Amino acid sequence: MLVLLLSHFGLAASVPFVARRLGRATFVLAAAAPAAALVWAGFRLAEVVSGGSVTASLAWAPQLGLWFALRFDALASAMVALVAGVGVVVLVYCSRYFERDEPGLGRMAGLLVAFAGAMLGLVLADHLLALYVFWELTTVCSFLLIGHRRDEESRHAAVHALLVTTGLGLFMLVGLVLLGQAADTYRISALLAEPPEGGPVSVAVVLILLGAFAKSAQVPFHGWLPAAMVAPTPVSAYLHAAAMVQAGVYLVARLAPAFADVAAWRPLVLSVGLVTMLQGGWRALREDDLKRLLALGTVSQLGLLMVLFGAGSRTAALAGVAVLLAHGLFKAALFLTAGVADRQTGTTRLDGSTGLWRRMPGLFGAAVLAAASMAGLPPLLGYVGKEAAYEAFLHEGVPALVLAGIVAGSILTVGYSVRYLWGAFGGKPHTLTAAPVPLPRVLGLVAPAATLALASLGLGLLPGEVHVLAAAYADVFAGGEEYHLALWSGWTPAFLLSAVTIAAGLALHPLRQWIEGAVVRVPDAGAVYRATLRGLDLAAVTVTRRIQVGSLPVYLTVILTTLVATPGVALVSHGALPSTLRLWDTPVQLMLGLLILTASAGVAVARRRFTAVLLLGAAGYGVAALFVVHGAPDLALAQFLVETLLLVVFLFVLRRLPPRFLEARQRPPVSHAGAAALAGLLGVFVGGFFLLAATARRWPSVSAGYLDRAREAGGTNIVNLILVDFRALDTLGEVSVLAVAATGVASLVLVAWRGVGGGDGDPAMTEESEKRRRRRLTPRAREAPRRRWLAAPYGPPLGPRSVLLEAATRIVVPTALVLSAYLLLAGHERTGGGFAGGLVAGMAFVLRYVAGGRYELTAAAPVRPASVIGLGLFVAAGMAVPGWVGGGEIFAGTVLEATLPVLGHVKLVTSFFFDLGIYLVVVGLVLEILTALGAQVEEEGGLAQ
Amino acid sequence: MTLSNVTLAVVVGGVYAVGAYLLLQRSLMRIVFGFVLLGHGANLLLLVAGGPAGRSPLLGEAAPAEMADPLPQAMALTAVVITFGVTTFLLALSYRSWLIHRRDEVQDDVEDRRIARREEHPGEEEVR
Repeated sequence: MLVLLLSHFGLAASVPFVARRLGRATFVLAAAAPAAALVWAGFRLAEVVSGGSVTASLAWAPQLGLWFALRFDALASAMVALVAGVGVVVLVYCSRYFERDEPGLGRMAGLLVAFAGAMLGLVLADHLLALYVFWELTTVCSFLLIGHRRDEESRHAAVHALLVTTGLGLFMLVGLVLLGQAADTYRISALLAEPPEGGPVSVAVVLILLGAFAKSAQVPFHGWLPAAMVAPTPVSAYLHAAAMVQAGVYLVARLAPAFADVAAWRPLVLSVGLVTMLQGGWRALREDDLKRLLALGTVSQLGLLMVLFGAGSRTAALAGVAVLLAHGLFKAALFLTAGVADRQTGTTRLDGSTGLWRRMPGLFGAAVLAAASMAGLPPLLGYVGKEAAYEAFLHEGVPALVLAGIVAGSILTVGYSVRYLWGAFGGKPHTLTAAPVPLPRVLGLVAPAATLALASLGLGLLPGEVHVLAAAYADVFAGGEEYHLALWSGWTPAFLLSAVTIAAGLALHPLRQWIEGAVVRVPDAGAVYRATLRGLDLAAVTVTRRIQVGSLPVYLTVILTTLVATPGVALVSHGALPSTLRLWDTPVQLMLGLLILTASAGVAVARRRFTAVLLLGAAGYGVAALFVVHGAPDLALAQFLVETLLLVVFLFVLRRLPPRFLEARQRPPVSHAGAAALAGLLGVFVGGFFLLAATARRWPSVSAGYLDRAREAGGTNIVNLILVDFRALDTLGEVSVLAVAATGVASLVLVAWRGVGGGDGDPAMTEESEKRRRRRLTPRAREAPRRRWLAAPYGPPLGPRSVLLEAATRIVVPTALVLSAYLLLAGHERTGGGFAGGLVAGMAFVLRYVAGGRYELTAAAPVRPASVIGLGLFVAAGMAVPGWVGGGEIFAGTVLEATLPVLGHVKLVTSFFFDLGIYLVVVGLVLEILTALGAQVEEEGGLAQ
Repeated sequence: MTLSNVTLAVVVGGVYAVGAYLLLQRSLMRIVFGFVLLGHGANLLLLVAGGPAGRSPLLGEAAPAEMADPLPQAMALTAVVITFGVTTFLLALSYRSWLIHRRDEVQDDVEDRRIARREEHPGEEEVR
């Protein structure tokens, strides 16, 4: 079965490539896949009619309960026969129907086979989610095929179909998931064997039915089907008559044995199905376009199928299978004849041609057979199905209204069957056509239609065979009398009803002018759909205008207000403050706190940017000192280093900005007082939260475990061990963030000059200036002697050259690099580590840049910063491999110890390399920032002047 | 029993308040300052909410019972460095804004303004 499915999709993917060579014969090649499915199903038929099933499954993610499971049973075999059989016939028909030079033949052939494959998967799927995937695949194929002609009308029809079916398909998905969760299995066969019960199941069933109704064009979602008739006729014949629209019916048939007794099921399915049947039939009688008439007829018949399969009784299910097969055959045949008539006369209007029956007797014969099956005339398959349907509702305990509805619907069906024949072939005295032109011979087109029509007749003459297949499905319904599908069951009430139906239906034909003029109008689903879309659009605009005002401060205000309002209220309602308050751990905290608060307040009120940056630095150092007091030396070290670096980086940017903050050009949308009030409330909330959080601990910290395992991991600095060993995967994610930030900085600044200062208009110009810029940067940097420091031409970026600074640089930089190496190596045992080491090394480069300018930087670090970052990430991530390959956990560290000559006892912990990776990433980050915000900004400043 | 430290609570609350106030301003540079201050506040909150002050978490230098909890320290450490990275990114953003507009202000989104001014009725041509 898997091979069958794959062959469909493989063929679908390949036929477009051979279409140019094969032309219309592509369709015949494409028919190979459904033909193979048909043959395969034929061989397995004996197995399933005896109640067995063929299964296949492919484990995808069994831990999640995801299986690609397929199951071929009696119901599936009926559907496969329909899907593959009609598919073969329609594809052969296509090879004659389209002109040789019709555009997009390969695409259409591919889509039709893909559709056949999706439909095959849908009926074979034994997993709810697989079913849903195939379900939507058929929708997508349908969308693409309806829009095949790409004109305005086709596009709107395609979108209409897509929105309605996928929109309600989403409801169905929710229903499927609810069902799967309630049953604790997504296997359809298991689910049907032991149906779950309870409230969620009722909801799930209703949601699934909504999806099925939309797919099978039931009222009120039926509007898309008549609109879809803009598709090429073979597409309508296959998708919108025989195959896709049956998917909803199939799903109802599949679930009915288990869920027909859910309270909501019968009222919903029966009422919707009956209304659909009557509505579709009535509108078909008033329609004056052949294809739309057939489409509305399809809507009507789908309503009948819903009623039959949804009724959940054995006889009704027997009738359902018979009608399903009959409808697939006769409706496809009728569409194909309509297509031929269209090609021969150039119109699909009922009054467009006259007397075609005389000129095309063969086609007329096929159409009569098919229409007779639709009307339910003996000895065709449609009659067998209708007879069984009457029988089902005559005897079983359902309201008489249902039977009346079906009879009325069937009368309408007879009426529009006659109307179709009359419209397509009949003589119409008022229609003036040009002198009859000799029609081309179209045996290749008539034969497929005739094949289907004859199949209706053949199966009608062999009701016993159909019964065996139908019973294999229907026997799951308990009870019910032993009804057999048959052509003649005696003078039963059902037979009498059939006779009445046919007579009444024929009587409708003379009344056609009265019916066409009748004022009984049914609501137009298309109008409802358009109104819904317009309402959605309007709602979207209104909501967007209210909510998305486009101002960042307003958004932030909303977010902060929510933060204060929701958890804040919860905090207040939590009750009193904890009784275990104390003022401070040591008085130092008070002094540092005052420093931080004063500096922060200063940042807020400062008018000069420079002042604000200095105050910000003061606050940062204060925080670092608090870390020291708290007993976090690693953290404090990192904070000190970062604060210093940040101060320098701020200065790099500030030298290009005006010294004072500018007066706001736009009035702030949030007033200063409002912002201050909100910020104050936030501060109170966070402070309160802080007090409660500190006392909220009930369980010992997980760190206790880390203490025990520290020795085993070969280190004493627990913070460092957490970073590079215990929680290394976290750290890897965090250094990745650094890499991303560095890339962001570089891309923002290094491309900034292009297209900003130079003309936007002339790309060659900017490219040229870009080249010049590179030339200017590179050779001089090369000229700078590598051996000697601070020998590069041009001065430092911030102010004139300073002897003191240069001398200090020469002394401090090597020391700092040694210190950074020490911090990196010692990190496992004492304060230090990759972060601190990398930051110190970065400071060394900062110092050289500050003392010597941008060429000095190139000389100091003659590598691309991005390469350093990449190498660092590679080394860090590579450390996941040894532990993983060794069969243990990823990032598991090992301690290697050896006694070497000269060096003595050496201990190497593998997680050191992880720390080395961090070190490299941090160094790369600082270099990238220096290159971008330092050297590049400096140069742009030079050019701007 | 863990004790709540009122001084630190006031500091964290104050830093948060100033940070949020700056974040609500129009000037990009002030927003970056606000971001840095919020980062300080968050790191302090993370650290101190994890447990009281103690000795450095270095084995052999202090008894485990006296140590400050190392896990929030490790988390805050990476947070400090990431705050640095993101701050430089914001700086680059505001520099670029200055380069292009010669203003370092948060602009209102033009497209959103246009939608807000749009007619009540969406174009009929889109709906058929």
